[in-house]
Formats: sequence, structure tokens, C-alpha cells
Amino acid sequence: MKFGVVVFPGSNCDEDMFYALSQNLGVEVVKLWHKQHSLEGCDVVVLPGGFSYGDYLRSGAIARFSPIMDEVIEHANKGGIVFGICNGFQILTQAGLLPGALLHNSNQKFVCQNTFIKAEHTNSHFTNAFENRAYKIPVAHGEGRFFASEAALDEIEANNQVLFRYCDAHGNITEEANFNGTARNIAGIMNKQGNVFGMMPHPERAADAILGNTDGLAFFNSVLLATQNA
Amino acid sequence: MFFGSFDAVKEAIKRPLLFILEQLPTVETAHKLGLLTEEYERIIEILGRKPNFTELSIFSVMWSEHCSYKNSIVWLKTLPKDGPRMLAKAGEENAGLVDIGNGLACSFKIESHNHPSALEPYQGAATGVGGINRDIFTMGARPIAQLNSLRFGNPNLEKTKRLVKGVVKGIGDYGNAFGIPTVGGEVYFDDIYNTNILVNAFSAGIVKTDKVAKAISYGVGNPVYIVGAATGKDGIHGATFASEDITASSVDKLPSVQVGDPFMEKLLLEASLEVIGTGHVIGIQDMGAAGIICSTSEMSAKGEAGMNIWLHKVPTRQANMLPFEILLSESQERMLVVIEKGYEAEIEGIFQKWDLNCVQIGEVTEGDRLHFYVGEELVADVPADDLVLGGGAPQYHREYTEPAYFEEFKKFDASTIYQPNYKEVASFLLTHPNIASRRWIYKQYDSMVGTANMNTNEPSDAAVVNIKGTNKAIAITVDCNGRYVNADPEKGCAIAVSEASRNVVCAGGVPVAITNNLNFGNPYNKEVYWQFVHAIKGMTAACLKFETPVTGGNVSFYNQSTDGGAVFPTPTIGMLGLLDNVNQKMGMAFKNEGDFIYLIGEVTPDINCSEYLYSYCGVKNSTAPYFDLDKEYAMQQALQIAIREKMVNSAHDISDGGLFVTLAESAMAANLGFEINTNSQIRKDAYLFGEGQGRVVVSVTPALASELESFFASKQVPVTKIGKVDKMAFMIDGEVFMTCDEAKDHYDTALENILEG
Repeated sequence: MKFGVVVFPGSNCDEDMFYALSQNLGVEVVKLWHKQHSLEGCDVVVLPGGFSYGDYLRSGAIARFSPIMDEVIEHANKGGIVFGICNGFQILTQAGLLPGALLHNSNQKFVCQNTFIKAEHTNSHFTNAFENRAYKIPVAHGEGRFFASEAALDEIEANNQVLFRYCDAHGNITEEANFNGTARNIAGIMNKQGNVFGMMPHPERAADAILGNTDGLAFFNSVLLATQNA
Repeated sequence: MFFGSFDAVKEAIKRPLLFILEQLPTVETAHKLGLLTEEYERIIEILGRKPNFTELSIFSVMWSEHCSYKNSIVWLKTLPKDGPRMLAKAGEENAGLVDIGNGLACSFKIESHNHPSALEPYQGAATGVGGINRDIFTMGARPIAQLNSLRFGNPNLEKTKRLVKGVVKGIGDYGNAFGIPTVGGEVYFDDIYNTNILVNAFSAGIVKTDKVAKAISYGVGNPVYIVGAATGKDGIHGATFASEDITASSVDKLPSVQVGDPFMEKLLLEASLEVIGTGHVIGIQDMGAAGIICSTSEMSAKGEAGMNIWLHKVPTRQANMLPFEILLSESQERMLVVIEKGYEAEIEGIFQKWDLNCVQIGEVTEGDRLHFYVGEELVADVPADDLVLGGGAPQYHREYTEPAYFEEFKKFDASTIYQPNYKEVASFLLTHPNIASRRWIYKQYDSMVGTANMNTNEPSDAAVVNIKGTNKAIAITVDCNGRYVNADPEKGCAIAVSEASRNVVCAGGVPVAITNNLNFGNPYNKEVYWQFVHAIKGMTAACLKFETPVTGGNVSFYNQSTDGGAVFPTPTIGMLGLLDNVNQKMGMAFKNEGDFIYLIGEVTPDINCSEYLYSYCGVKNSTAPYFDLDKEYAMQQALQIAIREKMVNSAHDISDGGLFVTLAESAMAANLGFEINTNSQIRKDAYLFGEGQGRVVVSVTPALASELESFFASKQVPVTKIGKVDKMAFMIDGEVFMTCDEAKDHYDTALENILEG
């Protein structure tokens, strides 16, 4: 099982993702430079957080034209697992691999804080190791408000594509827990086929016991479980 | 425009370049560039002829306060700089360098961007963050954490709100995109900063001791490169600008403010570290104040070499930039790199990979002259060493006199203050802008990127950052109560060092070294200079006591306006501490209901200079609070052991707002309460709200209480059991002041209510 973390110019959570996968999870992982046209045989492709190309124009808008994105899209179309965190999620929506878009937070401010999320169901590659409780996972973004038309949202929900929603510490999905104005408290979604996933919270920031929070491991363990069963 | 009255230059822009060289500037031009008559004469002496305009501009920025430290250096030299861990002494490199074991060193520094931020808060603060981080990664170190120390005027003023929002967004947008966490800091509000705000940025990075890069140039024929962003007209004479008082016409100097691009900085970081890693870099220095001229002269002077620089090869943003503009431009995200001849292709390839400019603009020469050419034409010819601090740059002994207020403040008599309604004071302090939660600010900073911030889920008095690949962590903090320093500069500055040290110790660290950011008014004002001299003396005494040498820093004079006078003398201390094992980390939050609460350190009936006295009672004139350096040191030494031996469950120092605020903060961070009794021997307002120094509140498992008591007694450090951790209530002498939930409601939202209101 081999993970590949794509490094765009301006990625700044690539190293954290690499560290979590290699040190906290102990899996094989390589970095994939955005200018290359090879995924180096990786089974799982990760688009990390950051400010790819400075996020000038719009978050993720330029990164999706990076050379490696051809291969990432091809990998996804073949059913390979791709997930994007934060800026990676934004890039996936810009590339059309995930529906919807991510807009500026409703208060127009960057927000960095611990948040709680809850898995909608455990019937996916990305949630199968989650329990029915709130998980403490940090966010850090200025553009994390998930947006889609009501019809599109209904369809996403009907297909069980919503995987995480923001909740309070007790797992209640409340308006107060929705700190950035995201549609229907949505924190993370997958595509219809179930192999591409994006979320705004950073599980790699909740993977090291030394930092006092390992709630993010459930996410990585889900992906590992999915690939083992594949 | 800055040069509006400057006919020769206005004309020059329209005419051929030669014109400037032929029309040699006069002493009046020198004055307009901020030079004194004797400095102008000294330049003629150095050159053996009159300087041309480009050369005069060069001397004016290099001899400005900002680059030469001419009015501070004689006193800075008296600061303690030696220590067993020092790898680079103050002033030697771009930032201090401290051995932290495991073949690693920590590079850290603090720097101000006060003047630009006062005019254009967003870009001013953003480029401050950019500049300090470049100082760290030019050392070959990868930045791992940032702090900032901010001073603003009255938060209820619309102007202040605009400045706060701009500065915070500037720091956030730059630091967040750059990808280095902002893990802590401090903010104070006072009318004294209404015109002159202070924006001090701190960064710390880690480097392998065998991969340290130097800011030096040597080796005849070695190529000189400029890398990173193109050079524009922004920030020209920024260094000179930072060396003057702020006046109503300062806003006309907006072009003196630089513009930042964190994306470019991120690429520059990665490319620079990769290039340094090749081992073929002779020297590298970032371009901050005074741009190309500063880097070329400082690197050459240090390496005792010369340079030929071809200015027409410098990538520029605008066409037809004049030589002095190219030389002095403070465009951000640029570096000067001198490499070993023969490795050009390898170095250029790395910058190409990161899509960055990398252009050879010169070469190292024999001798000590810097020759600047445009085409074939020599536009400036100056000796490197005469430009720089430690070389020929002027050094002045300024006169100073004790201000009258100093003795006046000492006459304050606490007996004139009647005992207040304690509950009212408690609520007042928890919602005071200098004490209330900084949540509105720090949520806008990415504090977690890098996955090394150990405070995210357990806050401590200092920021504790894991050094990945080792068992160690650094503890960093910035501290200065300018009100204390104003009241008594020597004592106040010693307190700033002691508080920084106390914070490091409370977090489980051992204090190692400091960097300082000396923010003062106009040094030509004798009373301001008296404050400066005495602050240095206080810093020296405390740094010697705590064995924390000064690794460098920054002097920012002229924080003074024509209408408002000088700011409080604000010598911000940035301290580096070390945890040899991450397990030694100590939090500031209470842990368990029922734990005993102890007050460690001397309790005094002191209300001097407290936020309570200053803001609640409205008494502005009192001397600095109780402080005893030897007792403070003894307390901290003992506390270090108590923490290492796991005798305590939490440790939080007593500072702004006194004991009550300390207890409230430890309680709120844990969603718990406390039940304590005051001491009938000590006036109650002083006991609860006084800011006497050298005290820490710890919570202790009851079973360990007697061990703790006898331990501190054996160290002759006062230890007093004052109560226990409660479930919810904040109870004092049997009276419930508030519940934890009520306190949090007020404390968490007070600042945002003011700023967003």
C-alpha cells in the first residue's frame, strides 16, 4: 500500500501529511512533485492543504491545471482512491472530481480552531473506522464554506455522499457548531462512485499523541482498511 | 511625495543618468536624506571626494538608525552576549543561533515593523512577518514557529479598530499562507500608542549545526546572484523613514511601505534551503531594510572582499529605475546569494524548479570596494566596511537626563486608595482589553500547521513547540509591560526578562537566551534616551541572573509623534527556552477538582502600576510593582525542579490583573472553578489584583501537598496554600464571585465586542 502526497507550489501541509502517514501511521508514502506526470505507482493520492499558487484568483483554481492533475484525474476515473484536505478539497472541486464549491467563510475571516465533526455513516472508504461520536479535528481555512445548489445538495445527500458534518462536543449537529456558514453543516463529501473524497478539517493535525489529540487516526485507519479490503 | 521638494531628483528623472553624476549633491541634500553635516563631511573624507547622489543615498540608508544602530550600539555592546550554547553572537549573523543538542541549533529573532504598520497596517504587518522569517531561513534554518508582540491605542477609537484589523489580517494572511504557525504573542492597548502602534514579529527555526549558512562574501570571481522577486520602487528609503518621527505628512510616504507576497516567500524558503543544502553557498542574506546595498555591503565587509555589481541585470518591475532606486528598494522576498564558482548550473536549476528568478548580477572582487555599474558606467564606488555597523558607520554617545516624572511616580501612596467592590473589579479586569481573551485575534492565525504546537490541546504560559525527530521541544514567549518600563525603566525591563523566564519555566522549559526589540521614542530626546539606557541596564542585570544571553534583536527609535509624544518605552523580550524532554511540558489549566492551590513566591501589599490601579482606579502615576531579582530567580529555580519532579499539575504565573486573573485563567481553561481565602495581613485589593512580581500559582494533588510544601521551604521560597480547585464557582473568602461559565462568556467575547462594535 503506497500513498503519494502531491506537492504544489504553495502547499504547506504536505510535510504534515507526509509525517502523519510515515511516522504516525507507519505506511509507505512518497511526495509527488506537481510538475511530474507520474504517480509513481501510488495506490492512494493525497492532495494536501496549503495555499497552492498562493490561492491567487481562487483557492485551488490554478493548481488544478498542474501537470500532475492529468494523472490524478485518470487515477480517480479508474476508481483509485484520491482524497484532498482543505486546499486539496478546494482543488478537487475545481477539478470537477467533487461537486460543489468552497466559498469564503461567512464571517469573511480565516478561522483556525479545534472543531468537532461526526461521520454521517460508516459505509465508505473514508469513514469505516469511525464510531458514532464527535471527533475533535482542527480546521484552518479562509474559504471553507461548502456551497452547492439546493438541488445539488439534495442529490449529494440522497447518494449518501456527505461523510462529515460539524457538530458540538456531544455530537449534536447544531447551528452553533456551523462556524463558517457551510451548507447543511457539511465538512466533507465524497464523489458518487465513493473513491474521491474531500474535507476541510485536518486529520493529519490530530494524529500525533504528543499533541494530545489522535482523533484524526480514525480517518487514516478507514482509508487503510478500505485499501486492505480492496 | 517624499521627493517633492527635491528639485535635483525631479529633474533627474527626466534627464539622462549622467546628469546626477555631474550635479553633485550639496550638504542640504544630505540633510534632506537624514544625514548630519558632520556625517556628510565624514563621507567626503572616506571617499576622498564629494559623493554623487547615488553614493549619498547609499550612505544615508546605511548610516540610518535602522541599519547602523548609531545611537544605540554603544549601549547594546554592554549587553551580556556570551553563553555555552551560543553559536553566533549578537550582530554577527542575520539572527541568533543557539545550540540545542542533537546536532541541532535554534535560530531566533524579533524585529519591528512599527512605522510601516502605522500607515498601512495590512502590508506593514505582513512584510514584518516576511522579513523576520527570511532572517531565520537565510541562516539555513527552517522556521517552525512565530510569535508577535503588538501595541495599539485606545481600542474604542475607530482608528485603532482599523489598525488592529489590518495588522491581524496582515500577520494572518502572510503567516498562514507561508505555512509557519503563529503560536502565541501579546497585545496591549493604551492611549499612549494612539499614533505610534508597535508591531514586533518573532520567528524561530531549526537547523542542523553543520548546515548553518552565513551572511558573508569572499572568493575572488565567485558569482553574486539576486534571487526571488523582482525589484520595484516600493520601500525606497524605508530605513530612513523608520528613523524619523511620525508626522502628519508621513502618510505621503506610503511608497516607503513595502508589499508582501507570502507565496513567493514560501517558494523562496524551499529553494533557499535546498540551495544551502548543496554546500556550494558561500553566503546568503535576505534583502530587508536598505535592499541590495545593505546585503552587498554587509556580506562584503564581513568577508573582507569587494564586489562588482551590474545594476542593469537586476530584474525590475518598472522600466528605467534609477541606480539609487535599485540599490535602496526594499521590495520583499529577495535574497542575495554568493556561490562557489563552477556550480552556477546546479544553483540556477534549483531556483528554476521553484519558478523563481535567479540572476547573476555581479562577482566577488579583491579589495574592499563595491563598484556598481549600469552598463559600462560606474555609478557608485564605495568601500563596504565604511558603510556598516562595526565598520565605519558612526557611533554616538547620546546625552540623557532623568525625567521629572520618575521621582514623582515613586511618591504614589497606596493608602489613598480605598478598598473597592472586589466583585466589580474582578468583572472589570476579566473584560479589560489588556486581559480578556485574545481569541478574536489568534483564531485568525494558523497556529497548528507544522503539527508541532504542543499547546493546541494543553495551553501553557509559553508556547511549546515539538522539535520533530528528537525528544525535545522549545518554549518561546514574548513579554513586556511597557507601563512598568515607563514607570521605572531599569526595574521594568528586568521584569520583562523575568516574566519571560517565568513563562518559560511554568511551561516546563529551561530559559536559554533572549532576543530583544527595543521600541523607544526619539533618541535625541534626553529623557527618552535615559529610558533607553536604564532599560538596557535592567535587561543586563536580569539576563546575567537568568543566564540568558542576548542573541540580537532590533532597535526601533522614533516611535514618537508630534502630537502624542513618545510611546511607553517598550523593550520587548523574546525568550527561547528548551525542554530536554517533551514530557517535562507543564500546562496552565487546572487538572482536577479538589486539587490544592498554592501560591509560590513573595506576597506583598503592592498595587503599584497594576491594571487595577491604572485602569480601574484611574491612577496613572505610580512606580513599577514589587520586584526582587534574586528572589524571583530562586523561585524560578525551585519551580523548575518541582515541575520536572511532577510535583504540580498546573503552573501559571501572576502578571496582568494579579492573582484573581491568574486563578480565573487556570480555571476557565479547564472548565473548573476555585475556592480560595485571602490573607488578612495583606490589603485585599493588593492580594487579589496587585501585580507584585515573582509569583506563580500551582495546583497540586492533595497527596503530594506536604512534599511540595517542604520542598519549597527547603529552598527558602515562600509557599502558601490558598485553596482548592472547585467544580464551577469562583469563590473568594466564602463569596461566589461568578461561575466559570459566566466568566468565560465575558472573558472570551470582551475583545471581539469592542473591536467589532
